[in-house]
Amino acid sequence: MKRLTDLEYLMLPKWNKFWYKFIMFFVDIPANLWNGIKGIGGSIASFFKAIGREFADIGKTFAEGDWKTKTSFLVMGFGNIARGQILRGVLFLIFEVVFIWYMITPFGGAYWVQMLGSLGLQGPEKGYDEILDQYISIPHDNSFRILLYGVLTLFFIVAFIYTWRVNVKQNKIAEEILKSGKKLRSGKDDLKSLVDDQFHKTLLALPLTGILVFTVMPIIFMILVAFTNYDGAHNGYTNALFTWVGLDNFKTMFSWDVGGVNYAATFGEVLTWTLIWAFFATFSNYFLGIFVAMMINKKGIRVKKLWRTILVLTIAIPQFISLLYVSKMFTLNGLINGALLSFGFIDKAIDFWGDPMLSRIMVIVINIWIGIPYLMLIATGILMNIPADLYESAKIDGASGWKQFSKITLPYMLFITGPYLLTSFTSNMNNFNVIYLLTGGGPTNPAASGASGSVGFTDLLITWLFKITTGSDTKYYLASVVGILVFIVVALISLVVYNLLPSVKNEEDFQ
Amino acid sequence: MNENKTPKRHLGLKASSAISNTVIHVLLVIISIIWLIPFVCIVLQSFRVESTYQVGYVIPKQWGLDNYIKLLDTNFPQWYFNTFICAVVVSVTQTIIVLCMSYTLSRFRFKLRKALMQFMLILGMFPGMLAMIILYRVLDDLHLTGQYGSSVPGLILVYVASSGMGYYVSKGFFDTIPKSLDEAARVDGATRAQVLTKIILPLSKPIVIYTILTAFMGPWGDFVFARYVSQMFPGAMNVAVGLQSWLATDTMTFNNYTLFCAGGVVVALPVAILFMCLQKYYVEGVTGGAVKG
Repeated sequence: MKRLTDLEYLMLPKWNKFWYKFIMFFVDIPANLWNGIKGIGGSIASFFKAIGREFADIGKTFAEGDWKTKTSFLVMGFGNIARGQILRGVLFLIFEVVFIWYMITPFGGAYWVQMLGSLGLQGPEKGYDEILDQYISIPHDNSFRILLYGVLTLFFIVAFIYTWRVNVKQNKIAEEILKSGKKLRSGKDDLKSLVDDQFHKTLLALPLTGILVFTVMPIIFMILVAFTNYDGAHNGYTNALFTWVGLDNFKTMFSWDVGGVNYAATFGEVLTWTLIWAFFATFSNYFLGIFVAMMINKKGIRVKKLWRTILVLTIAIPQFISLLYVSKMFTLNGLINGALLSFGFIDKAIDFWGDPMLSRIMVIVINIWIGIPYLMLIATGILMNIPADLYESAKIDGASGWKQFSKITLPYMLFITGPYLLTSFTSNMNNFNVIYLLTGGGPTNPAASGASGSVGFTDLLITWLFKITTGSDTKYYLASVVGILVFIVVALISLVVYNLLPSVKNEEDFQ
Repeated sequence: MNENKTPKRHLGLKASSAISNTVIHVLLVIISIIWLIPFVCIVLQSFRVESTYQVGYVIPKQWGLDNYIKLLDTNFPQWYFNTFICAVVVSVTQTIIVLCMSYTLSRFRFKLRKALMQFMLILGMFPGMLAMIILYRVLDDLHLTGQYGSSVPGLILVYVASSGMGYYVSKGFFDTIPKSLDEAARVDGATRAQVLTKIILPLSKPIVIYTILTAFMGPWGDFVFARYVSQMFPGAMNVAVGLQSWLATDTMTFNNYTLFCAGGVVVALPVAILFMCLQKYYVEGVTGGAVKG
């Protein structure tokens, strides 16, 4: 496709613009990739340059600093204390003491880091004791803890290095301030600034610690698990240790035949259904939600509030109740079959959850029941914001109802809710509750029966992941491979769609 | 020419809009019935006395409160208690954390702010379940899982700790409060902390209520992590895991179907009433969040 100039692009009709951007995104992939690699190369280079500068600065600080500064290189916070900043100095010192104590204590930091390479040497098998003439438990390593505390210790070491650097920098700054004849900030000033110009640090401390420990750390851990053989049989402490296996698990996932199981085909099938599901779940809700909202908001419709309240009930009632109940309504002996039979519409109960195609359609339909109310609320809010004069002038020009919808309402909605559509697509890909509580992933797919976790026809990647990690045959390494692949798919989709969206709004515009 | 046509068309429009309004009213009634059927059925079936299993009819042949009374002899009160404690503690702590996070990202311009937001965006693309597997094992190591009695502290810890990621909606709200208010207060000598507590918070009632409401509703619906942490020990379950376990197998369903209905009603009623009372704030939050993206 010919590349257009800006002017030519602006003159295109709306959908051609979109199409042009869509094509160009793929045309540009090689160039963008190359730029990306160059960019990464550049940032690596500048990273090392920055490190070099840091070292130079540290050296200079040591060479030019007075004895207080020099001592601070070994005893953190010494300079602060010597110059009267007791609070800061004491905190630095405590941190250093804790760090050193943690590293050298037996089974402390040094031990965990050193064991990271092997994830444990001595397994939990029993040793033979000649004196007692029986097998006894001997102290053994714990791969799980080694990996966990090893990673934590690495975090801690990085934090220590960073703190040490701050300590050195502060000495330099303090010297400069004293030289220029000004006074240093006292501990009282420091505390005061935490509710004033440094208030953001106070506010962020707790949330970020939580995210670091309970989100970042587990994700790093699980990414590492993808390169080990951590499963139910190698759980690291009661039956056997686990260890590094390199890329073996990824090879398994993309192999046609591993012990008679075709993982690649299973993965492909589940991924395809996940994408189909996410597409239909997102767009059926979106358009039907807008449709319902427009019906309710139309001039001349009575008791608007009542309709809205009835729909909102599905949000108000915890989802698991409605999902479990609706799932049971459609079973062989459930209410729907009962009603259909007694009215004589059918002779034999329909097996809604037994037929692959039917159960897939059913989850999408029931998801509409769950999802329309959200969209109805969102669309109502946006519809009210569409300037009324747009419709007035359209009416004067003789535009029909459908024309008004397709030329005014829909483009406006799409423009405003573009980012929302993307997030709802990705969250539908990970919509565990709807699938698991409705079908449990079933009906079972016989073609994938050997794969871990008994894959069914309505299983999404996320429910498959869950099944792999529960039950009798847990394969954590496989779950983590699936998780990483989910991330890659979601990230790719987000990247493509963000490129197509009308320019992402500048957040400062609102302030 | 146009003017000549106008009156005629006007009449036509009126008639057709009357017809279309009737059609829409009929459609809305049908939609309402579809939306209400499951809830009406679950309530009716919870009063059924003659049998405990699924049947093909809705209206009980024999009415009674037997199912509700039977609930007291099961683990249901324990599940309810577990979930309720979780919900109350989480709604308070999570609100504080989310507000800290969103207010900071909305109001302060500091180094690494953009990087932090991008980092969290990427972090959000990992399936949360990945983290749950390891968190569950860590909680097990800390003796905070079902086999050690109660799963409530562990659940609260995890719900609250990762809640900082959900700052988008309230950040969108704070973005709409004019910055000139802050600046005026700062000129008058208020510290940053005073700006938050004296100026911003009083203006933020809708978003505070929205955050409390969603945080409170979260634990009632959580199934996955609660299941991991409970390890299927009956005393450590929350309502979602517990009620699901009543329908997990066909035999269980046979014995507990009406019991499940009664349990569902007892769980849904207070939550739904609370939600309906605060609906206004929820709608504001949801709409704002989607518009801001």
